[in-house]
Amino acid sequence: MSSPRTLFDKIWASHIVDTLSDGTAILYIDRHLVHEVTSPQAFEGLRLAGRRLRHPDATIAVVDHNVPTSDRTKPIEEPESRNQIETLERNVKEFGVPYFPLLSANQGIVHVVGPEQGISLPGMTIVCGDSHTSTHGAMGSLAFGIGTSEVEHVMATQTILQKPGKNMRISVEGELNPGVTAKDVVLSIIGKIGTAGGTGHIIEFAGSAIRGLDMAGRMTVCNMAIEAGARAGLIAPDDTTFEYVRGRRFAPKNEDFDAAVAYWRTLPSDEGAVYDTEVTLRAEDIEPCLTWGTSPETVLPISGTIPDPASEPDEVRRIQLQRMLDYMDLKAGQKIAGTPVDVVFIGSCTNSRIEDLRAAASIAAGRKVASGVRAMVVPGSGLVKAQAEDEGLDQIFLDAGFEWREAGCSMCLGMNPDKLTSGQRCASTSNRNFEGRQGPGGRTHLLSPAMAAAAAVTGMLTDARELAA
Amino acid sequence: MEKFTTLSAIAAPLPEANIDTDKIIPARFLKTTKRTGLGVHAFDSMRYRDDGSENPDFVLNREPYRKAEILITHENFGCGSSREHAPWALLDFGIRCVIAPSFADIFFNNSFKNGILPICLPREICDALIDDAQLGANSRITVDLARQVVIRPDGSKISFEIDPLRKHLLLEGLDDIGQTLKHENAIENFEVKRKKDEPWFPSVTLD
Ligand code: SF4
Repeated sequence: MSSPRTLFDKIWASHIVDTLSDGTAILYIDRHLVHEVTSPQAFEGLRLAGRRLRHPDATIAVVDHNVPTSDRTKPIEEPESRNQIETLERNVKEFGVPYFPLLSANQGIVHVVGPEQGISLPGMTIVCGDSHTSTHGAMGSLAFGIGTSEVEHVMATQTILQKPGKNMRISVEGELNPGVTAKDVVLSIIGKIGTAGGTGHIIEFAGSAIRGLDMAGRMTVCNMAIEAGARAGLIAPDDTTFEYVRGRRFAPKNEDFDAAVAYWRTLPSDEGAVYDTEVTLRAEDIEPCLTWGTSPETVLPISGTIPDPASEPDEVRRIQLQRMLDYMDLKAGQKIAGTPVDVVFIGSCTNSRIEDLRAAASIAAGRKVASGVRAMVVPGSGLVKAQAEDEGLDQIFLDAGFEWREAGCSMCLGMNPDKLTSGQRCASTSNRNFEGRQGPGGRTHLLSPAMAAAAAVTGMLTDARELAA
Repeated sequence: MEKFTTLSAIAAPLPEANIDTDKIIPARFLKTTKRTGLGVHAFDSMRYRDDGSENPDFVLNREPYRKAEILITHENFGCGSSREHAPWALLDFGIRCVIAPSFADIFFNNSFKNGILPICLPREICDALIDDAQLGANSRITVDLARQVVIRPDGSKISFEIDPLRKHLLLEGLDDIGQTLKHENAIENFEVKRKKDEPWFPSVTLD
């Protein structure tokens, strides 16, 4: 009898092609997602070495990071963005890679597109030259962000070189309070374990509160596993997962689907599987929360007050906290709620799915964006956008004074024209609040779609529960 | 890839924890389609003032550190994004080795792939090396990869750990792809077995 194994152990073992002398595995890769920013140097490398793509039929390319989210029938103004997009278009043609172009309804943020199209499936190994590839772990797959050298390696060999990670289980047990979302769950987790808490680990999110999340919520949680320092995050596939997958464009159909589900049901961790690290949170303790500083671990409940660096014993840490306060223009002891915002960004691969837009729209409905606030909604994909329009969400947002934009990464990282200007404070549903991430000098507070919408209509950081119907 | 054997160089002290990839190279410089030329933007927000002029207080703007090839810093260096532009920017600036108490995983991996040696040493030792580095031009630090030692300016030696395969690839300047393609048969066998065991496994083809 083999000993009990975790979900990660099973996916890992079933993808080992070979093992090198030092224990490094040559790991087979089932899906490779490609975008315009981290691929040009990899295609270039292949070309220089005279190598081909081993499996274009396991690969999908989209443009997302650089794309304008305004009218796309016009040429892209920014020359460098245009160059990256055109370079990708040349490369996919030359190497025969399936591609969703800018004007396709299927275009969107790579981590929204993969699951939505049924390209990312349970039990798979999935890579992309982007750290938030962990998102796809929500499907019950092993999904890593990789660098451009590895992108080239996957293109040429359909494998990556990896050492096994350590198993970590984060269980959220119990029932979430009303108005508490997946974003609050994952922010609370990062607040608890810190941005290095998951280093070297694959985090399996488990427990009744995680099982109770829909797929969008699970993707939000796995998306931010990387902000806790983990190599990947994943969640055991279950009926919620299978129902989500059923009927998607690239998912197996009919008897194939049944055969796949039979296999996927063998994947969840065995009873008694051992984890190197275990963390448990009680769902009841989680409040709507947000970040105050320039690291995703600086998490506060919306009822909280800004911490005082003076009470931090470690000097390096103390200086860092003070620096964050200065950068964010906040004062120790100040209540976080009530802080005025200039910009609200609802979007990014963390929170741009239809469920996220519905949550934001439910707060925005019948209200107006506060004067002086710029609020934008950027759907995660063309399909999300179309569905939202079918449901009339676009009209709710537009009536309230939000901008309703085309799909892409947008203000998550400010590579396209959607940027903060220096000193602007933004309530953002994205995943990174590093200095200058959303534009040089910009100040980011990470929070859920409902809280972002609440900030938009009140003009300040606000507990969304006060506005919920 | 350039071989890494022994490096005897000026080390720049950067005693700060959690230097993230946005600090190493801000996202707005990622629009390039080439690997080179990013060095002038390395540590952009620390190196330059708002008006674009150099910040004279930043270590890499001071002599002799403009020519530093080693960086000594604190915990969790390279956290944040998986972008390989971070090691490219460091390499293009001239950094071949980073010494820190800990590194973010992806950055750590990406460094090796670009011929940069990341070395993990305990915080007290990093602090001692930072003190050495503060001494400036005469205080060269030597990194001998074959023997796995860092040699301080006073001649004392500190040994470090490194994965043997990574060491081999760095010493030889070998690229990973060539190494993996030696296992091409095993890859083919895997694919044949997959077809048999999971006949339902879909492919991504657009019609
Ligand atoms: S939305 Fe943001 S985090 Fe997600 S892939 Fe785009 S830039 Fe990266």
